Amino acid sequence: MSLEKLELFEVFLRSKRGLDHKHAGSLHAEDKEQALEYARDVYTRRSEGVSIWVVRSNDICASQEDDSDSFFDPSDDKPYRHATYYDIPKEVGTM
Amino acid sequence: MIHSVDLYSKNRIIKVVNILTTGEEMTKYNKSEAELEAIFQQKIDSEQKIEPKDWMPEAYRKNLIRQMSQHAHSEIIGMQPEGNFITRAPSLRRKTVLLSKVQDEGGHGLYLYSATETLGIERSELISALQSGQAKYASIFNYPAQTWGDMGAIGWLVDGAAIVNQVSLQRTSYGPYARGMIRICKEESFHQRQGYVIMMELAKGTPAQKQMAQDSLNRFYWPSLMMFGPHDSESAHSAKSMKWKIKRETNDDLRQKFIDQTAPQIAYLGLEHPDKDLVWNEEKGQHDSGEIDWEEFYAVINGNGHSNRQRIQHHVKAHEEGAWVRDAMSEYKQKKLQRKINAETAA
Ligand SMILES: [Fe+2]
Ligand SMILES: [Fe+2]
Repeated sequence: MSLEKLELFEVFLRSKRGLDHKHAGSLHAEDKEQALEYARDVYTRRSEGVSIWVVRSNDICASQEDDSDSFFDPSDDKPYRHATYYDIPKEVGTM
Repeated sequence: MIHSVDLYSKNRIIKVVNILTTGEEMTKYNKSEAELEAIFQQKIDSEQKIEPKDWMPEAYRKNLIRQMSQHAHSEIIGMQPEGNFITRAPSLRRKTVLLSKVQDEGGHGLYLYSATETLGIERSELISALQSGQAKYASIFNYPAQTWGDMGAIGWLVDGAAIVNQVSLQRTSYGPYARGMIRICKEESFHQRQGYVIMMELAKGTPAQKQMAQDSLNRFYWPSLMMFGPHDSESAHSAKSMKWKIKRETNDDLRQKFIDQTAPQIAYLGLEHPDKDLVWNEEKGQHDSGEIDWEEFYAVINGNGHSNRQRIQHHVKAHEEGAWVRDAMSEYKQKKLQRKINAETAA
């Protein structure tokens, strides 16, 4: 089978119970079962993970860097969403 | 965050998780329920999180669904008393702050519903349990918000009490719940601080404004203490929840923390403390306090608070009135799909 026919998968690893899965990289595989096995073979050779997710790259819907104005900018002019916007006197303890 | 327990038993943990990562694998190893439960409890005891695909006792799952959905419902119902004041807030700046806080609470509801769904229950089931009254939410939201001062008292006291509880829950044993709490706590600090700022402004204002602050404090102080639930000796779910580390600190311990942190905040505002029996106990290093009116607590929990019916009616109404949006979305999805098929057949 030629490499071009293989699908691209993204690999996410949970390094320790309780933590989020983090993107580790990608790989080519015939299907999701195989992708999971390949991921185990190449991405978790030194106990890097206790759990693996593989996701077809095509199934990931991603924002574009160019979108960032309309996507993320609005919160920059809303400083009142941050705790530091409010002056709280020291005497009353942390809030 | 690394717990000392983890370091101590690190080798053993790695061995256990390598062999027994998912429920499926455990079934493959053909373990009895008792053995599975022992492994589960061992994970809990060594401060490992339980993750969605792990085997877990049915009662643990049920207990979590109850607590997490109740938490989610509280975030959503909690939008109502403050939502009422967005148009009434006395300046544009205060409107934007309040709107922003209420939006955050909607987000918290979403995080928590989604985390609850990892336990294998559907959103629609959760919503109908709320609407039928089968599921509870924090009884504090059955108290009406009557004045601008209440916006201060709610942010400061209600969110303040919620934070004490949620900080503790960052260490809860169920991974998705713990991670949700970490995210939520990051956003909560703003909620409490904006509330306290409202109180400070009122407390140093005209005598009438100061009176408004006092009145809000008087009405919200005791119900905030009730947010921590019944005394440990009366709490139906406490013992099991502690053993499973769903809860990390008892109702009474959390309540004490809140009482102690709130006392100097009331003093700073120059307001009268609503608890006349409150005294500093030097020996214990904490406050002794007066007894909560538990009759009121149970009356409100059992549906007889001021706003119980109104809160649920409003939720049902909003849900029904939003049906056309959900319908339109699924209609649009069909339309897009059909267009795609048409384009493909044309090509
Ligand atoms: Fe919240
Ligand atoms: Fe909040």
